[in-house]
Amino acid sequence: MANVLVNAPKTAKRGSIVEIKALILHPMETGFRPGPNGRIIPRNIIERFTATWNGTEIFDMEMSPAIAANPFVSFFAVASESGTVGLRWTGDEGFVVEERVAIAVE
Amino acid sequence: MIARHFGIGLAIVFIASYALAQGMADKGGTDKRRSGTQDMGGVLQKMQDDDTANPGMLFVQLGGELWGKASGASGKSCADCHGSVASMKGVAARYPAIPKGADAPVDLEGRIDLCRTANQRAGSLTSESRELLALTAYVAHQSRGFPITPPDDPRLAPFRARGEKLWQARQGQLNLSCAICHDDNAGKKLAGVTIPEAHPTGYPIYRLEWQTLGSLKRRLRNCLAGIRAEPYAYDAPEYVMLDLFLMDRARGMMLESPGVRP
Repeated sequence: MANVLVNAPKTAKRGSIVEIKALILHPMETGFRPGPNGRIIPRNIIERFTATWNGTEIFDMEMSPAIAANPFVSFFAVASESGTVGLRWTGDEGFVVEERVAIAVE
Repeated sequence: MIARHFGIGLAIVFIASYALAQGMADKGGTDKRRSGTQDMGGVLQKMQDDDTANPGMLFVQLGGELWGKASGASGKSCADCHGSVASMKGVAARYPAIPKGADAPVDLEGRIDLCRTANQRAGSLTSESRELLALTAYVAHQSRGFPITPPDDPRLAPFRARGEKLWQARQGQLNLSCAICHDDNAGKKLAGVTIPEAHPTGYPIYRLEWQTLGSLKRRLRNCLAGIRAEPYAYDAPEYVMLDLFLMDRARGMMLESPGVRP
């Protein structure tokens, strides 16, 4: 159940700095907590978050169990050409979510 | 052309006066009540106001998916009967209420579950389950910005009175009542935290401590455990009574669902 909220400008001036914000629904289970039955709940986190601009990687982040549930990531990029920003979250239990936003550069 | 400009002018005047009225309702001289939002730091207030940063909106989005999904033996979705969720505008501002044919009030979660079991003929959703919270958030979000308006149903009065009694009653090992903290000492500090006035303006809330969305019921259980009292069972009528009393106490305050709280 992919559930993502992305906040990026629809248009940007060439050469300007834009902020891209991404929020995703994920439990980020640490793997250290015991469940109601006393057994450890297996780790289930997002391990990696990457962002590309027209296919070129512009942001890469490794996540750890210390990051809270529903991670919110905000980063900056220089708007050099119109195109698509691709966001990709990968993690435990085969978790893969991809999201795309278009930014028009004038 | 002139008529059009006049229309725009009217709209601006209307918006300006509306904004003014809102400002007065929030900060005005007569109403000294404070929503929990006003006691939070600026960063959290910003988080709540930004729909792409407020994690509660993830659940609203999820609720939107569930709204359109057929469920139960009826094979119907919420949308099949209710249409657009816009039909739910203002609903959250008037719950808890007594549903048709019943004699006891239910809260918004209870009402949604009732619709699910009676009309969709689907299994009951457990308290604090992701589905129930998401649907509640989706419905409550429609009432954002609406003033809290409890219904004028005389049958609610005895339940509300019992809620007030619970509010005033000392309980737990610490022998505290809700009123001792949230009426008598609101605004002061409990350890490093400001004691809020406990107005249910943002439910269901995304509480950072929980790292998830939670209902007023969960919040009340939290307080009960805090004063070392035994929380009522999940299906206990006490929660609805307290909810009734709190909504009446917050009458006229603005709903902010889904709220963000620390």
